[in-house]
Amino acid sequence: MQAHRLDRSLLVTTAVLVVVGMLTLYSAGQTDVPSFVTEIWKRQLLWLVLGIVGAILMFRVSPRILEWATPYAYGIAIALLILTLLVGTGAGTAASAKSWLAVGGVRIGQPVEAAKLATILMLARHLAGKREAPATLVEIVPSLVIVSVPFLLVALQPDLGSAIVFLGILFAMLFWVGVKGWLLLLLASPLISLLLGFNEYPWSAWIVVLTLILLVVRPYVLEGLVVWLTNVAMGVVVLKLWQTLAPYQQNRLLSFLNPELDPRATGWNIIQSKVAIGSGGIFGKGFAEGTQKRLAFLPEQHTDFIFSVIGEELGFIGVLVILALFTALLMVLVRIARGATDTYSSVLVLGVASMVFTHVFVNVGMTVGLMPIVGIPLPFFSYGGSFLVTCFVAVGLALRMAWESRLSGYAAL
Amino acid sequence: MSWYHPHSVRRRAAAVRVITVTVFGILALAFFRAQVLSTRRYRLQSEQNRLRPVWLPAARGVITDRNGVVLADNVPGYSVAVLASALDSLRSTLHTIAPIANLDSARIEGLLQRFQRTPHEPLVLRQDASFELVAALEEQRVVIPELLIQTEPKRSYPHGEIAAHVVGYVGEISEEELTSGLLPGAHRGMLMGRDGLERQYDVRLRGRDGVRFVEVDALGRTVREAVEATTLKPQRGDTLRTSLDIELQHFIAEVFPRGQRGAVMAMDPRTGEVLALYSSPGFDPNAFVGGMDPDEWHALSHSEDQPLFNRAIGGLYPPASPWKLAVAVSALKRGAAGLDSHMEIPCRGGLLYGNRYFRCWKEHGDLSLREAIQFSCDVYFYQLGLKLTLDNLLRDAVDMGFGERSGIDLPGEQLPLFPRSNKYYDEQYGRGGWTNAVTLNLAIGQGENSQSLSNMVRFYAMLASPTGAAPAPRLVAEESVPLRSLHMSPAALAELQDALVQVVRTGTAAGARIAELEIAGKTGTAQNARGPAHGWFLGFAPADRPAVVVGAIVEFAGHGSDVAPLVTRIIARHLLGPDAPPPGSGELEFMLPSDSAPAPRRLLPDTSPLSRPPA
Repeated sequence: MQAHRLDRSLLVTTAVLVVVGMLTLYSAGQTDVPSFVTEIWKRQLLWLVLGIVGAILMFRVSPRILEWATPYAYGIAIALLILTLLVGTGAGTAASAKSWLAVGGVRIGQPVEAAKLATILMLARHLAGKREAPATLVEIVPSLVIVSVPFLLVALQPDLGSAIVFLGILFAMLFWVGVKGWLLLLLASPLISLLLGFNEYPWSAWIVVLTLILLVVRPYVLEGLVVWLTNVAMGVVVLKLWQTLAPYQQNRLLSFLNPELDPRATGWNIIQSKVAIGSGGIFGKGFAEGTQKRLAFLPEQHTDFIFSVIGEELGFIGVLVILALFTALLMVLVRIARGATDTYSSVLVLGVASMVFTHVFVNVGMTVGLMPIVGIPLPFFSYGGSFLVTCFVAVGLALRMAWESRLSGYAAL
Repeated sequence: MSWYHPHSVRRRAAAVRVITVTVFGILALAFFRAQVLSTRRYRLQSEQNRLRPVWLPAARGVITDRNGVVLADNVPGYSVAVLASALDSLRSTLHTIAPIANLDSARIEGLLQRFQRTPHEPLVLRQDASFELVAALEEQRVVIPELLIQTEPKRSYPHGEIAAHVVGYVGEISEEELTSGLLPGAHRGMLMGRDGLERQYDVRLRGRDGVRFVEVDALGRTVREAVEATTLKPQRGDTLRTSLDIELQHFIAEVFPRGQRGAVMAMDPRTGEVLALYSSPGFDPNAFVGGMDPDEWHALSHSEDQPLFNRAIGGLYPPASPWKLAVAVSALKRGAAGLDSHMEIPCRGGLLYGNRYFRCWKEHGDLSLREAIQFSCDVYFYQLGLKLTLDNLLRDAVDMGFGERSGIDLPGEQLPLFPRSNKYYDEQYGRGGWTNAVTLNLAIGQGENSQSLSNMVRFYAMLASPTGAAPAPRLVAEESVPLRSLHMSPAALAELQDALVQVVRTGTAAGARIAELEIAGKTGTAQNARGPAHGWFLGFAPADRPAVVVGAIVEFAGHGSDVAPLVTRIIARHLLGPDAPPPGSGELEFMLPSDSAPAPRRLLPDTSPLSRPPA
């Protein structure tokens, strides 16, 4: 192996993120109130070692072997998700959801994390096989199926946060293979209708806009009709059904879809997270010195709200640095995707980038109140073995793709 | 043009970069607003740590019987808590109110420790304060401004002891449960179902506690409702309608022999609805509300009578003669005997097998299977068991469900002790360490076989059904209930039911018969190494279209107690109403179920050393 062909910028950004992440996790455990979080960074170190081993192993795998093995990986991931639905257990903030696989009472992992990667692989394999970008909705259907299966299985757990990640991955990868913007908009339109459907005026305006779009871009008549009717159905039927429900039933449905939406807990969480972040100011209270965290006001400070610890202790400057680090990581990944030797590798690396992007955006946005509380981990920061290992495996893949590209001289182009 | 043309890829890469930077830029702006523009406000909040969540407990759902009579309800109660800001001020506060609230120094130490663990939650002193205490504390309010007195719904069980085991009781969430992380939305002071229906259907009954956020000043005084957080009203739990008939339950409690231990269960064999479930002795579930004092708990949990223990589902007893029907079913299914078959050796008061003499409780002479059931002849069943062989007997019994729980929707049902195959004996006594004598014991329901009343009632529900199938017992209706079936022909089953009718008409339970009602059933006396035998009776009626199965076990009933009339009276009360005549014509006749069995070689656990972890 030629060491100079390793992508050094990817290695360095990842390494810095991992180190800062471990330090933050250590700090998260430094509280005045005794808690199990104090010792948790040691366990994360073990997962880190496992992750590095995983990354090295992935680096040794040729993209061609990977492409061959993709359907099997996808199949196993789906099987694990089904198994999780059948025998899964809950934990932590999502104790009522079935998201963990446990053997003899010992929780061994959350299959959804591995399933994200497997879905990226499968979608990459499917999209890379196409010469031309899908130009109609019908041509997108296979991609939709590939993502829908894990999406639905995860939504049933229910784990809304991870389900959102699957959507992010789908749209980013379709965009990368050149699917037109209006087509993506049509694809997303039922969701938009659903969200706007709770209020008549925005929804009516949206239907007008949608109709205009359909008239301008002129997809197949049947496609156009299906899209239009789905939107109407989402807006009208869903709204009417929703209104027939009693408030407590609505609440139950909402908290079923998103178990973390329990306002009794989240109301408290979001206030405390904002107080922690806001009180950090520009320079923060100093490493491990966050008072909100120390006095146990900040909930879930080692998983969902770990970014609040950064905000409180390292201040706005710290937040900017971490966001810049993540931006740098994403830029490097996009560069690797651009310069990949083959379409499969390219789509794959972009998929990895979209996974990291969605996680960072949703998680960080949640701590500051921009996004709803859905509870997904922050890459390299949040405590959690399955996701850390998944991230490392993804980085290992990207390293290999970059290496192939340099080996063939593509990267210089 | 291929989508992977370098030119188009470059264009999209640029777009992706722009999107990424824009989105992260928006995030950065949000942080800028919070950390730079509003930092003063947040810093103030952070320094004072003024926000306190105050839980507003939800009323638990009401539990009713089948006619809507309330079994568990809520009445207003008071809770007393302190919103403390620091350890020292809390200590002085506690010492001020100690004489009023009756707090000893150990309790104060415990409270201080609890405050250190969760400094920002109200410290609950009493969940269930009396009105006098509240009035006394209110007078002191000027001196102790950090007091927080709330009215809270308090659980009440109007029927007390009568339905205590089946309804269960509630208790405050424990420290272990809180820290286990297994309960979403759990908080200190939350009430949890601890036993019976309260525990089984806890999630449905619990409702959702509300919360309000109050701001306190440095002295812990409540300043106002916090601006940023909304108050959430508590949501009452669902009402739980059960299949119980509380009037029948009261009747059972009335007629159950006073001072004796045992259990009665009544069930509709067609639907599996449990009509009554009674265990004696009982306890008062109201004593658990608001926390039980340790002495009282110790007395309850260490009492020799084990009042907290639900004998109907948790007690395992040798099933004795009622279990002979399992042997009969097996024989009929395998064609080993018909109801008119006779055995080779007539009953001369016992049977010599190997070098041991197995006794019967009486000299019955030459009997058919029908008569052997009617008069509960052991010698007949010894031979029938040998004819069937141990293997077949065990296999068939496991098929009939003797190796499983009845599946009633209550926590704490015991798994029966029953060998799944003869390997069990090898393990227990070593290979060759046992003889076929175990078959003889098994055939009369003794030996390595202990069943719960609920499982025996389910077996008799199958016997009572025209098809031989019965659902699992249910207290709360459910859409699909698993069926368990005997898998035998309706004709054979009808003959068996007729034999059970003969038991009450002219057989071992003749003294318990009721003129107006054809009752079928089987008596039993379970040998017990620790004292007098336990008495069984399982019966169903009306015999042609059974609408109720009632089973009873009375511990140490060997002396003059009357289990069969007890059950037939309960059946009559249910089917004929409150004016039903007592069993026997007019005069109540005492009839001891005297079909005894020889002492088995070894008896598996009986009910005396029952141990049960405190809830």
